[in-house]
Amino acid sequence: MRTPLFTLVMLAVAAALYLSFRFVGNDYLFFLGYVVLQYVVIATAWNILGGYCGYVNFGSAGFFAIGVYSTIFFYNIGQAPEEVFPEFLLTPMKWIFPLPLPVLIVLGGVFAGLIGLGMGYLTLRLRGVFFAIATLALAVVLETFIVNWSFVGGSRGAYVIPPENIPVFGPFIQYLFVLMLLLAVASVVAARLIERSRLGIGFATIRDDELAAETSGVPTLRLKLIATVLSGALFGMAGAPFPFYIGYVEPNSAFNLSYAVNAIAMPMIGGTTSWVGPMIGALILSTLQQVVTVTISSAVNLLITGLLLIGFVILAPNGLIGLWHDWTGRRSKS
Amino acid sequence: MSQIMGQPVTEVVDDDIAAPLLGIDQLGKRFGGFVALDTVDLSVPTGQRLGLIGPNGSGKSTLVNCISGTLQNETGSVRFNGQRVDGMPPHQRARLGLARSFQLPRPFRSMTVAENIRVPLLYTVGARHGVHLTQSELEDRCLEVLSLVALQDKARKSPLDLTQVEMRKLELARAMAAEPKLLIADESMAGLSHSEVEDIVALLIRLNQRGITIIMIEHIMRAVMAFSQRLVVLVSGRKVADGAPEDVIKDKDVVGAYLGT
Repeated sequence: MRTPLFTLVMLAVAAALYLSFRFVGNDYLFFLGYVVLQYVVIATAWNILGGYCGYVNFGSAGFFAIGVYSTIFFYNIGQAPEEVFPEFLLTPMKWIFPLPLPVLIVLGGVFAGLIGLGMGYLTLRLRGVFFAIATLALAVVLETFIVNWSFVGGSRGAYVIPPENIPVFGPFIQYLFVLMLLLAVASVVAARLIERSRLGIGFATIRDDELAAETSGVPTLRLKLIATVLSGALFGMAGAPFPFYIGYVEPNSAFNLSYAVNAIAMPMIGGTTSWVGPMIGALILSTLQQVVTVTISSAVNLLITGLLLIGFVILAPNGLIGLWHDWTGRRSKS
Repeated sequence: MSQIMGQPVTEVVDDDIAAPLLGIDQLGKRFGGFVALDTVDLSVPTGQRLGLIGPNGSGKSTLVNCISGTLQNETGSVRFNGQRVDGMPPHQRARLGLARSFQLPRPFRSMTVAENIRVPLLYTVGARHGVHLTQSELEDRCLEVLSLVALQDKARKSPLDLTQVEMRKLELARAMAAEPKLLIADESMAGLSHSEVEDIVALLIRLNQRGITIIMIEHIMRAVMAFSQRLVVLVSGRKVADGAPEDVIKDKDVVGAYLGT
C-alpha cells in the first residue's frame, strides 16, 4: 500500500475510533485511550532505534520526561511572564504565551530530538549492553538535573491546570485524546515510511552487521544519529501533553522506570522488525495494563509486563509478528 | 632481505611516472605491544591482479583492514586514486571505489540475497556524484550482479539458506555491486572444493578484465599462482618479497617463512 493511501486508512480508523468513543460518551474511555495511544507512540519511538537499528535504549523515560518538562517549562513561563521577561518584551510575549498544546508537543519533540543527538554523539560508539547502560545513565543524569531545577518544580513537582472544556471537542480530555491519536497515526506512518525507505534499509544493515554496512558504503554513525534524533523526538512528543493529562508532575512520575520497561516490552512482544509490532504490542499490553489496574490493582500491571516479556523472550523471540509469520509460513507449506 | 624486494616486476613501477591506484607508504599498526604491520610499502597500479600471501598472523588481514578503513593505521599513509584516505571512515572509502569482501562472509541476515546487493547499490553507487538509480534500474543491477556469480535464482532467498560457496559468492557480489576500482578479496576461497576454487578464480579474472584492480589474499597456492600477476609476501608484519609470482615462490626468505629454516 502506498504511503498516502495508508495514511488515509489510518486516519479513517482513527476517526472511527474517536466517533465511536464519543458515541459511547464515557470520558473514562478517553482517559484509557489516551494512555494506550501514548504507548503506541512510545513503543514506535523505541523501535526506530531499538528494533530497526538494534540499539537497545534503556533511557526512554528520560526522553519522555524531556517532553514532559519542556511543557512544564513553557507552561510556567506562560503563568508568570512578568517574572521571566524584561518590561519591553512583556507585551509581545503575552501575545505568544500561553502556548497552545500542539506547539508544546512540537517543542517537546525538538528538545528531546536535540538531547537525542547529543546522547548519540556521546554513546553511539558503544555497543550492546554498554550502550544500554549509557542510555540508562543519561536518564539518571537528566532526572538529577530536573530535581535541582526549581523553575520546573524541582523535587516538589509542578502543577498544570488544564481548562475544563474546550471549543469543538468539549471536555479537555477529548482534545488530548485526539492530539494523541493524531500523534500515534503520525508516528506509525513515519515508522512505516522509514522502514521501506533507503534509510530503513540502512538501519537494517546496522542491526545485521555494522562492519559490513560500513564497507558497503552505509554511513553508520550518521544513520544512528538520525535514528536517535527521530526516536528521541517521538518520545518527547509523547511526553509533552502528559502534564495536561495528569495535572501534577514530579520527577519520579515523569522519569518512571515503567516507561523504559514498557517501551522495550511492547515492541518485543509485538515484534521489532516492522512497524506493526510495536503498535500491536502497545495496543494489547497497554490495554491489558489498564484493565488490570482497574479490575485488580495498579501494582499488578508492571508484573504482567514482566511476565509477558519473559514469556515472549523465551517462547517467541520474534514477537507476535514472528508467531504470525511462522503460522502463515507453515500453513502455506502444508 | 630478498633481492627482489622493492622492485615489483610490473610495467608501472615509478610513482612519479604514473600515480598508482593504491599507494601505501610506511604503514604501521600495533595492537598493544604487538606490531601487526611494520613500515609496509606497497603500490598497486590500475588493472593489476595482485596476490598477497603470508603465514597466519603475518598481518594480511590487518593490512586489508587498514586499506578499507575497518582499522585505522597509526603511522604511514594510504593513498587511493591520488587521494589520502587514511583517517577516512570505511563508507567514504567505499564511495571512492574501494571494496572488500570479508574472510568469513558477513551477509545482512534479515534481508534477502537481492536486498543484500541493493545496499551497496543504494549507498555506494547511489551516493556517488550524479548517479541516481530508479527502482527498475536497481532491480536490473541486482540481477546483473547476481548473475555474474550465478546466484540469480537465489535472489529471493535468505542468505542463511545459502551453501558455503554461495555465501562467499554473495560476499564477493556485494563487494562488486559497489562498482569498485579496487576489489580486495580476503580469503574468499578457504574451505572450498577444487572446482569451486576454480570458479571463483575465473570470476575474479573476469572482473579484472572489466578493468577492476584486484588484491587477492589467499592460502591456496594453486589459486594464487593461477590468479596473480604479481605476488607480495608478508611475514610478521613486514613485506619480505614482492615481484613476479614464479620468482617470489623461489625466494629463500619466503620459503623460509613458510617451511622454517
